[in-house]
Amino acid sequence: MKHIFSLVLLLVMGGMLWTLIPLGQPTEPGEVANHYIQHGIEENRGANLVTSVIVNYRGFDTLGEVTVLFLSVAGAGFVLRRRDGLTPMVARPSSEILQTGARMLFAPLIVFGAYIFVHGHLSPGGGFQGGAVVASAVMLLLLADRDHQLPHGFMSWLESVAGFAFVLVGLAGLMVAGSFLSNQGVLPLGTWNRLFSGGVIPVIYILVGLKVGTELSALLDTMMNSGRPAENPGGEH
Amino acid sequence: MIYLDLLICLVTVLAGVAAMRSSNLVSAAVMVGVVSLMVSYLFLRMGAPDVAMTEAAIGAGLSTLIFLIAIRRTEEEEG
Repeated sequence: MKHIFSLVLLLVMGGMLWTLIPLGQPTEPGEVANHYIQHGIEENRGANLVTSVIVNYRGFDTLGEVTVLFLSVAGAGFVLRRRDGLTPMVARPSSEILQTGARMLFAPLIVFGAYIFVHGHLSPGGGFQGGAVVASAVMLLLLADRDHQLPHGFMSWLESVAGFAFVLVGLAGLMVAGSFLSNQGVLPLGTWNRLFSGGVIPVIYILVGLKVGTELSALLDTMMNSGRPAENPGGEH
Repeated sequence: MIYLDLLICLVTVLAGVAAMRSSNLVSAAVMVGVVSLMVSYLFLRMGAPDVAMTEAAIGAGLSTLIFLIAIRRTEEEEG
């Protein structure tokens, strides 16, 4: 009985996947997509149309995504509480070569991450990708040096300010152009394919990059520095 | 070029099966990272560099590391 049920379930799932195959075929873009392709450049002056869609046309979704990431990091921080005097995650200190190499790589990686999110409106990538690169720089430092302390106060301040400023930029669009996160008339649009172009798009993507970078770094730090206390003779375990 | 694409597809499927069949959690986590890396190449080939960058940085890099830290931490708690 159980086997027949699994077989029927498998067939139903397979049939559902079968209907998805035509969706992969190239088709003519729909009405909305055509509008983005034809008017995207003149409306936003962003050389990377993907960024114009993510930050401007679907900017509200991006605000939601950033909020989801914030909530998951906050949830992880709540469940995995930081306690003092923990067993260090890395048992023995890493070698001199590894520590020096990590310190040397740290600054170029941060600059590369910042480059990715500052140039989000010109080249592939943006806030999420740049933020992930920044977080991997922090991860390298945390793995190489087990006693390294992150500036938690500064990081949570930066994260809150970036999130708040994202909403403020959206409200500025609401006041000037009558719709939330609108790009018309808030900042000058500038010339196509220049660094200072695209109105509020680079501003928002820089804020998203800072927010994602600090959130992911805080998540890694929470995971590495949480757990049971180091010396626990009377142990509850 | 099409042969390289087919090879990458094959490696993706094999790494996915290896991640499911493996009895060692660490190698399963690394195999999931390999799947992400191969899929990010496929995204790049299909003209989506933005998605490919996200997949490589977050899928292959950060989430593999988070899996490894979680495995390490839970093993400590158990033993």
